Amino acid sequence: MSTELNVKNWSLLIDERQIAWLSINCPERSMNALSTQAMEELKTALDHLGQHTIRGLVFLSGKSNSFIAGADIKEFSNFSSPYDGKQLIERGWSLFNRIEKLPFPTLALIHGTCLGGGLELALASKYRLLIDTPTPALGLPEVMLGIYPAWGGLMRLPALIGPQAALDMILTGRTLDARKAQSLGLVDWVVAPRVARQSAAEWVLSGRPRRQAKGLAKWLNRQPLKRLVARQARKNVARKDPDAHYPAPRAIIDLWEQHNGNGLAAPDIVNRLLSSPVTANLIRVFQLQERLKAFGKQSGLPPVLQVHVIGAGVMGGAIAAWCALQGIKTTLQDTDYSRIANAFKAAAPLFARKDRLTAQAARDRLIPDPDGHGIATADLVIEAIYENIQAKQELYQKLEALMKPDAFLASNTSSLSIQALRSGLKRPERFLGIHFFNPVAKMPLVEIVHAEGISPQTIDRACAFAGQIGKLPLPVQDTPGFLVNAVLAPYMLEAMHCVDEGIDPEVIDKAMLAFGMPMGPIELADTVGLDIALAAGTQLSTGKPVPNCITRLVAQNKLGIKTGEGFYNWKDRKHGIRSNKPVPDGLTQRLITPLIEQARRQTEKGITEDDDLTDAGIIFGTGFAPFRGGPLHYRKTNFGKIP
Amino acid sequence: MTFKPVYIIDGARTPFLKARNAPGPFSASELAVQTSRSLLLRQSFSASDLDEVIVGCASPSTDETNIGRVVGLRIGTGYHVPAWTVMRNCASGMQALDSALTNIQTGRSHLVLAVGTDALSHAPILFSDKMVNWLSQWNTAKKPIQKLHAIRTFRPAYLAPVIGLLKGLNDPVVGISMGQTAENLAWKFGITRQEMDAYSVRSHQRTIEAQNCKQFDEITPIIDAQGNLYTDDDGVRRDSTPDKLAKLKAVFDRPSGNITAGNSSQVSDGAAALIVASAEAVQKWGLQPIGKITDSQWAALDPAQMGLGPVHASIPLLQRNGLRLQDPDLWEINEAFAAQVLGCIRAFASEEYCQEHFNTPAWGTLDQEKLNVDGGAIAIGHPVGASGARIVLHLLHALRARNLSKGVATICIGGGQGGAMLIETMKDEP
Repeated sequence: MSTELNVKNWSLLIDERQIAWLSINCPERSMNALSTQAMEELKTALDHLGQHTIRGLVFLSGKSNSFIAGADIKEFSNFSSPYDGKQLIERGWSLFNRIEKLPFPTLALIHGTCLGGGLELALASKYRLLIDTPTPALGLPEVMLGIYPAWGGLMRLPALIGPQAALDMILTGRTLDARKAQSLGLVDWVVAPRVARQSAAEWVLSGRPRRQAKGLAKWLNRQPLKRLVARQARKNVARKDPDAHYPAPRAIIDLWEQHNGNGLAAPDIVNRLLSSPVTANLIRVFQLQERLKAFGKQSGLPPVLQVHVIGAGVMGGAIAAWCALQGIKTTLQDTDYSRIANAFKAAAPLFARKDRLTAQAARDRLIPDPDGHGIATADLVIEAIYENIQAKQELYQKLEALMKPDAFLASNTSSLSIQALRSGLKRPERFLGIHFFNPVAKMPLVEIVHAEGISPQTIDRACAFAGQIGKLPLPVQDTPGFLVNAVLAPYMLEAMHCVDEGIDPEVIDKAMLAFGMPMGPIELADTVGLDIALAAGTQLSTGKPVPNCITRLVAQNKLGIKTGEGFYNWKDRKHGIRSNKPVPDGLTQRLITPLIEQARRQTEKGITEDDDLTDAGIIFGTGFAPFRGGPLHYRKTNFGKIP
Repeated sequence: MTFKPVYIIDGARTPFLKARNAPGPFSASELAVQTSRSLLLRQSFSASDLDEVIVGCASPSTDETNIGRVVGLRIGTGYHVPAWTVMRNCASGMQALDSALTNIQTGRSHLVLAVGTDALSHAPILFSDKMVNWLSQWNTAKKPIQKLHAIRTFRPAYLAPVIGLLKGLNDPVVGISMGQTAENLAWKFGITRQEMDAYSVRSHQRTIEAQNCKQFDEITPIIDAQGNLYTDDDGVRRDSTPDKLAKLKAVFDRPSGNITAGNSSQVSDGAAALIVASAEAVQKWGLQPIGKITDSQWAALDPAQMGLGPVHASIPLLQRNGLRLQDPDLWEINEAFAAQVLGCIRAFASEEYCQEHFNTPAWGTLDQEKLNVDGGAIAIGHPVGASGARIVLHLLHALRARNLSKGVATICIGGGQGGAMLIETMKDEP
């Protein structure tokens, strides 16, 4: 018996056992979001149900790939005052409290992505069943936007799985897979799609008690042990964020410890979060990420079914391994088998993190191909050999003769010009740069290097390929250093000038770590390799002479991590060491300004389309302090002041 | 029966890796997948164009049930190419070829991937029957008092493991090991320890010579999950001398027997894959075959003398094709044991043996300069399921390298059988 419910986002069915099935399917969205409209309609649906005799209510999703991805982020950026934020919080808080207190049992039937408000809806339900396909991802990522799980997540998750696991999830924003979700008790059971409906129907009528944290976990939720948990959590946060750049984690711990996760009882904490520029900046970063993701979603283009990578070195091998892991048949070519085997060696830890069958399938897709047989059947050929223009051009001649007519060709070059490289090609319109960053598995950005004479279709296909393998494509003009390296070079060189002037490298790095960079510029130079940094610096120097210290070190063959010593001695040295010495006034400003100025110059030259894309590229390509919203945004909002 | 020739399009094998103390880095399916993948990569058709995949394997592990299908799916045939597994002990690889051959002859298939593979280092250690019975008693005991009773019946001796490999190398009907069948042949034909050891040293020398002259083009390097590269057969001994071998102790008939680890084939892991096709497929895909199988023969005999299987299989093959012993340009007789190969040579030359078993006069002395010219399983290794395919593949390569045209590949089979194939190059074809 279906029931009349005239709303856009939900549909309701009451079956012969009097179980109500309330299914969310937001129109014109690929994933469900709990927008204000969807929440209002949910309220309407609950009112409607009040007029019927219901024995149980199941929440489920009509989307193929996900349950609910969270609230509508766009609504966050439209707050004109903290009052709007408070209203949004209050609506969700009350509505989910109402769901918890409904006079009949409720069950959330979750599949795929279930984040933020979506997980909070599931937490408010009495039961949670998780379908194992497609690959689930459950989490409360609000902290990454500078806010907190305001619709009851901060109250209910600790009560369900214990405060230590809950705070870890909420403070890191990380997602759980099916196995973890079940072992932590976040979901009651994991089921296959073929028995999902049946299981939900039986479970919701089962009369089983609501799951709760038991034993030690239960006691940790109460004073006096609660204080200890909070103290430990604060210590962890202080370790990860010693300069207190991010207010949300500390606010979350306070809200939980003092107000049991109810933000409405602590309006000053919540107001501070909502009006913090960090929150606005993190939301901005999220939107920049969505913008880059959109470049990678090109409908109508056939996917890349086979990619051929030439060059099994650090970059080529990692690119090939990543493609294989993302499901693409990948042939990997180099001059001999041992070089190809090294790529497998480097990829072994990446594959080992996956379950046995996934790792096996990925290895089966990664095919050693020293004779280049894969070129003739590849949809995309990626060249990742050493940076020598002649060698590359000779290779391209051979490739062109063998490639499929509708395949395209890309180079991972970081220092050579695409326009120079293509001079011998018969069909230069299908050749461009696809520039990955090191390490390939971790860095989300891929620069799509274009120039006059490259067909728009080729550029679209390259962006779609980046999206296909889960990366964020950024179109950039073919100029030295493109965007990211062009911006990092003067930044690293300025740091080295400081070293020449006698400033301690550790103090320089500390200044930039305190600013919010993931790694100081001296450590970055040692990581990249001082020979490469010197070559890039010479090529990209903005008129200033090359610093003496790097010339000296390179002459002594002290090239950084790869030779065991560079600016630092890397035997037994860990990353991210902070010096105890004080940072002199003005040093931070001096160090970061070249990066910002170069970013501005590159944008003005039209390397990227606009300031926002420049910020996106630098954040996702270097890890530039996300809480500052990007170098150009920082410049606009903060020039001269460094908080 | 008219035998339509079946074309060998191409073939490849993995390096053969000697089984050492722990399970090796590759499972049987992994070996088959890697070499088949490399083989298919260089063809003008893809895995999904095959009509079927047949894998010969004597001991797949329990998570390789129907290893043929596992291999087919993993190399990318897609869902729609059928695949199956064959087992004829040591000739499982040759059986894969023979089954491909019969399906091509009947017109059922036109393009087939036939693989032989085994990872003997992965042979399981098993619980004894007594232990299994105790465990099932434990599992059915529900009440504490029943569990207690089960504990009291347990004996530590139940924990003694059964070595799967040893079981596998023991004949289940006549109850003697493969090595003991070789001792039988040594006794029957008066083959001495010195002769066996000298034969073995020569096997290593020929293999080393062939490695030096790059005669093993069919090997495709393989890479394990840690990224280690394997390029060559690793059991070959450069330091093998008759004196050293003379010091080794008998393994099967202790203490005074003649068969040692040094004059037996090595226990190894490896795979060999071949693509076979009908004449129609050759035309359809514009293929350049490297050779053809023009006849095959299976034979059976007393399990206690299984090593003479090659004699029983080769003779009908030669007879049917009007050939004398000296007519094939090259021979491959799988070296299960030096004594076994020497036993075959004696049998071919024995008037008494040939009259008794084949009603023919002696077939003559097989010229050892044409036999196992690039070494054999004593030096290279004998991954049971793979050997039957390896010797066909290498025979073809050896014929082509020397610009010769015809050869016989033959193998003895535990349980008392023999298999033989007549292989020809495309030399006399336009």
